[in-house]
Amino acid sequence: MKRIRGILAALLLAVALIALFPKVITQAPYDRQFREAAGCPPSLRFPLGTDDLGRDRLSRLLYGTRLSLLLASASALASTLLASLVGAAAGYIGGWCDRMVMRAIDLTLSLPWLFVLITARALLPLNVSPLLSVAITFALLALVGWASPARVVRAAVREMRDSDVLVQAKAAGCRGPRLIALHILPQLKPVMAAQFCTAVPIFILSEANLSLLGVGVAEPLPSWGNLLRDIQNQPSLTGGVLAPLILLVVVIGCFQVVFSVEDLHS
Amino acid sequence: MRGTSSKNSSVPRRIFRACAGFVLTIFAGGCLTATMVRLSPGFSADEELLDARLNQESQAALRATHNAERSIAAFYFRSLTNILRGDFGYSRSMQRPVRELLAARLPVTIRLIGIGLAGAWLLGVSMAAFVVLRRGPISRGLAGAIMGLLLSVPSGVLALIIYYQGGPVQCLIALVLFPKIFQYVRNVLAHAGRLPHVLAARARGLGIGRVFLRHVVPASLPQVLALAGVSVSMAISAAIPVEVICDLPGIGQLAWKAALSRDLPLLVNLTFFIVVVTQLGNLLSDCAGAVFTRRGL
Amino acid sequence: MKSLLTIAASVLGCIATFAAPAPELRFCLHAEPKTFNPLLVDDDASETIRYLTGGVLIRVNRRTQELEPHLALSWHVSDGGRTIQFRLRPGIVFSDGTPFDAGDVAYTFKALMDRNLHSPTADPFRSDSGDPQIKVPAPDQVRITFPAPVSGLERLFDQVAILSSRSPAKDRAVLGPFMMASYQPGVEVVLKRNPKYWRHDAAGRPLPYAETVHLYIQQNRDFEMVRFRRGELDLIDTLSPETFEQLSRQMPQAVRDLGPSLESEMMWFNQVPSAPIPDYKKAWFRSANFRRAISAAINRTDLCRLIYRGHATPASGPVSPANQFWFNSKLSPQPYDVADARRRLAADGFRLSNGRLFDRDGHQVEFSIITNAGNTAREKMAAMMQQDLRAVGVQLNVVSLDFRSLIERISQTFAYEACLLGLTNLDLDPSAQMNVWLSSASNHQWNPNQAKPATEWEAEIDRRMRAQASTIDMQARKADFDRVQQIVAEQAPFLYLVTKNSLAALSPSVRNASPGVLRPQTYWNVENLIVAQNQ
Repeated sequence: MKRIRGILAALLLAVALIALFPKVITQAPYDRQFREAAGCPPSLRFPLGTDDLGRDRLSRLLYGTRLSLLLASASALASTLLASLVGAAAGYIGGWCDRMVMRAIDLTLSLPWLFVLITARALLPLNVSPLLSVAITFALLALVGWASPARVVRAAVREMRDSDVLVQAKAAGCRGPRLIALHILPQLKPVMAAQFCTAVPIFILSEANLSLLGVGVAEPLPSWGNLLRDIQNQPSLTGGVLAPLILLVVVIGCFQVVFSVEDLHS
Repeated sequence: MRGTSSKNSSVPRRIFRACAGFVLTIFAGGCLTATMVRLSPGFSADEELLDARLNQESQAALRATHNAERSIAAFYFRSLTNILRGDFGYSRSMQRPVRELLAARLPVTIRLIGIGLAGAWLLGVSMAAFVVLRRGPISRGLAGAIMGLLLSVPSGVLALIIYYQGGPVQCLIALVLFPKIFQYVRNVLAHAGRLPHVLAARARGLGIGRVFLRHVVPASLPQVLALAGVSVSMAISAAIPVEVICDLPGIGQLAWKAALSRDLPLLVNLTFFIVVVTQLGNLLSDCAGAVFTRRGL
Repeated sequence: MKSLLTIAASVLGCIATFAAPAPELRFCLHAEPKTFNPLLVDDDASETIRYLTGGVLIRVNRRTQELEPHLALSWHVSDGGRTIQFRLRPGIVFSDGTPFDAGDVAYTFKALMDRNLHSPTADPFRSDSGDPQIKVPAPDQVRITFPAPVSGLERLFDQVAILSSRSPAKDRAVLGPFMMASYQPGVEVVLKRNPKYWRHDAAGRPLPYAETVHLYIQQNRDFEMVRFRRGELDLIDTLSPETFEQLSRQMPQAVRDLGPSLESEMMWFNQVPSAPIPDYKKAWFRSANFRRAISAAINRTDLCRLIYRGHATPASGPVSPANQFWFNSKLSPQPYDVADARRRLAADGFRLSNGRLFDRDGHQVEFSIITNAGNTAREKMAAMMQQDLRAVGVQLNVVSLDFRSLIERISQTFAYEACLLGLTNLDLDPSAQMNVWLSSASNHQWNPNQAKPATEWEAEIDRRMRAQASTIDMQARKADFDRVQQIVAEQAPFLYLVTKNSLAALSPSVRNASPGVLRPQTYWNVENLIVAQNQ
């Protein structure tokens, strides 16, 4: 199992490195349209073929991987950390703090946050770079995505409150934020890992759905979201067309195994 | 200071506090929604304004239909008083009373969410238990692959595959929720499986099934039940895109259309509904969790 | 024994006949109908129901684009287009048996023109302030006199479904081929045959042939296509190019490319003086040379080939070639000519440096174009325009906004630089576009609500449009509107990009179909459609 985990971790790292330095693999810009070769099948010149506008699919996949992987991961991390802090505080302090946080969670889960995203995009200057625009979108997703994990973390912390580890730590004089940071948060690793692993694909797919409303990734910037959305419109599902889906499945699968419970618990 | 209320608080006082919190949350939810919708761009920009047939007078009349909603406070106060009289307002985008719309669409969503939650929990818990009990790399890898696939495929593509195969699109929510429930339950069960008393039970030679049912499951229940409450709101959130993609005439599709058309009365009422359901779901899971951990609320 | 068997066979045959499904026409509505009141119809789904259930005085034949008498046997326009007199067809009754007469026409028109109703169907009739006078000289005659001439008057009656003034069923009593049977919100609308429908076929059989029309409410076009392939639907009225390609591989006999439709895609620059954009950009956008240069730099042929898969043609102006009478055949689409674009820009003082264009004050030429999110064709079009304009050194930023945010920007705040949208002319007559071409109108997109025309050419457009609206001389009207089209081609306030083809799908089980480019494309002659037994 360790060997498999090692191989998959190396695979993840390779994907991340390739995504960070796509020019090593392909020189074709992601937005250049080779219109005379639109809709071409895979070839030497275009290993994954070209899309409807003649853009190199491989190039768009690599640049899209960079954007989605980095931003979705950052967003998932931010939302997981925020959820952990809030949930841990609520679960540990209890009382009025717990009640207020629970109300805030209920509200956050119920409100149509779509308007926040639409409003944020509409308030941005029209000439803002697509990259900045999508970074803001992912940041907002992180800000609204903390509620579900926070509730789960809160329940875990409430369970932990009377555990031997914490009783001993308190007996040793450890209190408040120090107790949370040194003893509670580390024990939350499995929970946080599960939330993180779930959040990454959710944010990637959320971006795909949000692009239908104008708060996703603007042309010509590629992302896994808009590459996945394109699958629905393709007349035939060739390898080049399915490559983003395959890569996403592989990456998410690697996440699942690499950041597994046993590894984090040790 | 422990998190639970002091044992000296009277039961009526705690019930009152719980109810007051419940009502305040609903009130705050509606107010925030009204504010967000009112301040969102395109609030009074109806698509009909682009109709070249309309003259200036008609366009002005169209814009004037939003006058009642321009002041958030006045609109909200009016809505609340009407709701107390059973009048949920009129939906501009659907041209129907909100009450009629909710009554027609609620059963569709309830059925969809019910099937989805039941399916997701059944699949998620059984698969998590299987993976934890087997503990082998193959079962973990296979589960990881299935979960990765389900988490990665967009709902639209899944819906099309199911529809194309003639399958029931109502199971889409189950497929969307099941990976999340599986992951969480698996981690919780695995974590509980490493607790000292569980390890001690196994060291004493108790059968794996018995250890699982008598020690692992009870230790995991509070956290799993916490997820149960959250899963209700997850199901409602999942219902929106599923109903939109699959053209199911439920509350989720209504919420989407209301959001796109900035239909304030409809959105505020839908928010009330979702807040109530979310809070009820969480309340039920808190109660169940308290029962299992033998703590007060 | 033999007789028993014979009786049994007869009984079984009768049961089979009873059980055989009646011919049913099935297709989809892509949205929930907002209203069943025919006077307030403003969306496609409601319009479909109005078309199928409403009886009209005059019908526009969607194939020939000519006017045909329906409830009116004949009509006469006089007084320079101010008065129209109808002679009604005798012996017609509503679906509930209530007789139809001139009183119903008067009642309907009076209700339609009620200013408090703000009916989109009524506004085109309002040529001036003041209400029309409606007289009923005889039970089968109606005369309507307007305060000012209404050009294209007769065609407007194609949209006016006549209501009964006396029926206890109110607007449920109809004169069209079908009537409402049931409505399940979000699911379907079922219409059943109107047994009292007045039309008969050549052999004297009562129309329509179909017993029911089943309208499924289905927004998801992929699902619609799957259902069509499964045989659950009989027609798809509008197909996307991708769906057309998929269906043409699997069911080649079912798909139809009907040629240019009335829909086109276009862009325009914001020329509103008070727009919150930099003054130097306003100066660019106000220059006809700049606009023509941008237009010349866009490769329309590639747009048609790649985005519409060949099912579109470069657009030459606001009128599609499908609009046989009003199309100005002397105009041709702006050719793709980068050299011409560069020349025009140079004439305006722009200069190219390191692949980037700068104006005479040193500002880099960069602007944003907004379009509605979710429309993948437009988003791709914008992406292609980005590359095209890069060739002349222009940096184009594409911003997709949700539709209402976009409408707010183009009609209220004017906080945008350029916009890419589509145009659908539902009515062939240019008078339906008065609110686009008049400089004082609110749909004069590039610079609406002008107190007085900002430019000479807009003033001329105003004059020409008012002139063509005030006469019934068709040749004079055509000359005026041809000149408007010419001005638009020269000044390019709108850059017309492509005219989309009309794409539809018809099941082989549907007979007598004669699809055209005017909506509804496939079922405009619904009463004549024969549907083979549905499986």
